[in-house]
Amino acid sequence: MFATKSVADDLAGAAPIKGRSLWADARARFLRNRAAVAGLIVLLLVAAFALIGPFIAPWNNEDIDWNVLGNVAQGGRPSLETGHWFGTDALGRDLFARTVQGTQISLLVGIVGALISVIVGTLYGAIAGYFGGRIDNVMMRIVDVLMSIPYMFVLILLLVVFGRSLLMLFIGIGLISWLDMARIARGQTLTLKGKAYIEAAVATGVRPFTIILRHIIPNLLGVVIVYATLLVPSMIIYESFISFLGLGVQEPLTSWGALINDGASEMNNGTLWMLGWPLFFFVITLFGFFFVGDGLRDALDPKDR
Amino acid sequence: MSAPLLETRDLSVTFKVARQGGWPWSPPRELQAVKQASLRLEPGRTLGLVGESGSGKSSLARAIVGTVPVSDGRVLWRGEDIVSMDTAAQRAHGRHVQMVFQDPLDALNPRMTVGQIVAEPLRTHFPDLSKEQVRAKVGQMMERVGLLPALINRYPHEFSGGQCQRIGIARALITDPELVVCDEPVSALDVSVQAQVVNLLQELQREMGLALLFIAHDLSVVRHISHRIAVMYLGRIVEVATASELIANPRHPYTKALIASVPIPSPKAERARHRPVLEGELPSPMSPPSGCVFRTRCPIARADCADATPAVMNIGNDHLVSCPYHSSTEASPL
Ligand SMILES: Nc1ncnc2c1ncn2[C@@H]1O[C@H](COP(=O)(O)OP(=O)(O)OP(=O)(O)O)[C@@H](O)[C@H]1O
Ligand code: SF4
Ligand SMILES: [Mg+2]
Repeated sequence: MFATKSVADDLAGAAPIKGRSLWADARARFLRNRAAVAGLIVLLLVAAFALIGPFIAPWNNEDIDWNVLGNVAQGGRPSLETGHWFGTDALGRDLFARTVQGTQISLLVGIVGALISVIVGTLYGAIAGYFGGRIDNVMMRIVDVLMSIPYMFVLILLLVVFGRSLLMLFIGIGLISWLDMARIARGQTLTLKGKAYIEAAVATGVRPFTIILRHIIPNLLGVVIVYATLLVPSMIIYESFISFLGLGVQEPLTSWGALINDGASEMNNGTLWMLGWPLFFFVITLFGFFFVGDGLRDALDPKDR
Repeated sequence: MSAPLLETRDLSVTFKVARQGGWPWSPPRELQAVKQASLRLEPGRTLGLVGESGSGKSSLARAIVGTVPVSDGRVLWRGEDIVSMDTAAQRAHGRHVQMVFQDPLDALNPRMTVGQIVAEPLRTHFPDLSKEQVRAKVGQMMERVGLLPALINRYPHEFSGGQCQRIGIARALITDPELVVCDEPVSALDVSVQAQVVNLLQELQREMGLALLFIAHDLSVVRHISHRIAVMYLGRIVEVATASELIANPRHPYTKALIASVPIPSPKAERARHRPVLEGELPSPMSPPSGCVFRTRCPIARADCADATPAVMNIGNDHLVSCPYHSSTEASPL
């Protein structure tokens, strides 16, 4: 009764045995999932591309190669000799350097959006759900109101009124990204609140905020992480859409959306590489996030204890 | 007489339940989970609390440990009302009253190690203890409840149900409480493990001088470990007496039915005995019957039972029963 056989066998020394946490279990399950691991590798490669790219690119992303300018369709082709590995854009700027730049911005937008949603949304939802009653009512009505605002419209308005800047873009995305997360976190918190371990903590006299941080949040985290990995691509898509409308980041900064927009407008001139490269990175990154998100979901709640 | 360790006086617990299909502003219905329950518990003693599912046992226990609001009445701790204490004092009081739960796995945070779980009350009430002191105390407590201290870094899902219940008991006892409320602590365990856990609780009670409020839905376990037993039906306490008195001389018709439902180990005696079996369902606590709440299922109910809530009568020997016809029950042909 005291301990199972195998546990008793481990007990040669009196040193405490390391337990298998649910996190460790989940990691093992995730690593067994081939698609998820492949997705993770792709994402790591894309991240490495964004980080290392500036140091290996032969051209700067702002410099115009005057040699190709009049003749982009021929001279601006991807080639190893000219150093334009991905070719150039319609203005004769190096597409490799521009794609690295766009990848940085797009990943940044996605990750910042997801981070805001994780931090703000989780805390907000957990507090609303834990305290319940009137606090919950007020907090969630605020979320409802914010959600009912057509955020694209507001975001575009923000960008038009305050000017296009990276900061405005982050503010706009930060304003909306946490709303869904708050709802998800609140719903999960309501379920967790019925658990006896929460009651035990309350009965002992643990303070409410300690309970939220110690008991609620760690048990929410599985769902939150899964949702956040799926949120990164949707943030990237929002940004791309805005850039596609010509309202995104400002030149010489660029993003996948802006590059795809530029490439698409040149499609009839026989310079498909301008569309192809950014689109390629955009697509593999989205798939990478989807696979990783799926893998995390399977790994984190097989039958959520 | 000095004040008992714990006393409840006319304690009521009312839940507000949103009306189904109602408007958001229509007032919620009231569900009286506990109505005017009065109990006493002396230090170092065990009070058994029995009643069928939904009779309000857990609600009463929660009101005592302070996890549901008391709608009326008082909870006295050594004569001092804890309901009217301020929040900080109530939190500090948590050190003296701990709880053990029915579903042992549900009562342990799956993301925390056993050591962290057992240490939580200690860290809450004695924040000045050093890491080593906490660790040493947790190790001692684990040993005391029959767990190897080397398992301190394991997680709850790596243990069996009985072991999880031991962890829960260790957590409850680490602050050296005076009262432990055990809400059906063995109902969810295998029969073979139940006796071990009950024995452990009794042993610890003797060593540490604990008072226990031991909740169960039938008398089979409670009768052996309780000094006094209270019987609950639909939120009301219908009979209280010492364990031996209650078993030998039950007065309330509901208590009689409960006793009859505990099987006797010998088949011969089992067949020979007369068993008044309860018919019908427990009425809804939202709309309890008028007068005596047991009258819809009482074998000896009379017309005037619907008129008024029966008063609690002391029939001697500290035996309390709330049925005016308790002595006529023998004569009544069942
Ligand atoms: N938080 C709550 N909100 C609304 N109603 C509740 C709540 N908790 C309990 N109840 C209701 O109060 C009544 C008594 O419940 P309680 O859990 O106290 O009974 P119990 O005797 O412990 O039953 P069991 O043996 O099933 O544990 C039930 O009708 C239940 O539905
Ligand atoms: S008061 Fe009437 S209904 Fe209630 S238990 Fe006694 S006899 Fe039965
Ligand atoms: Mg219960």
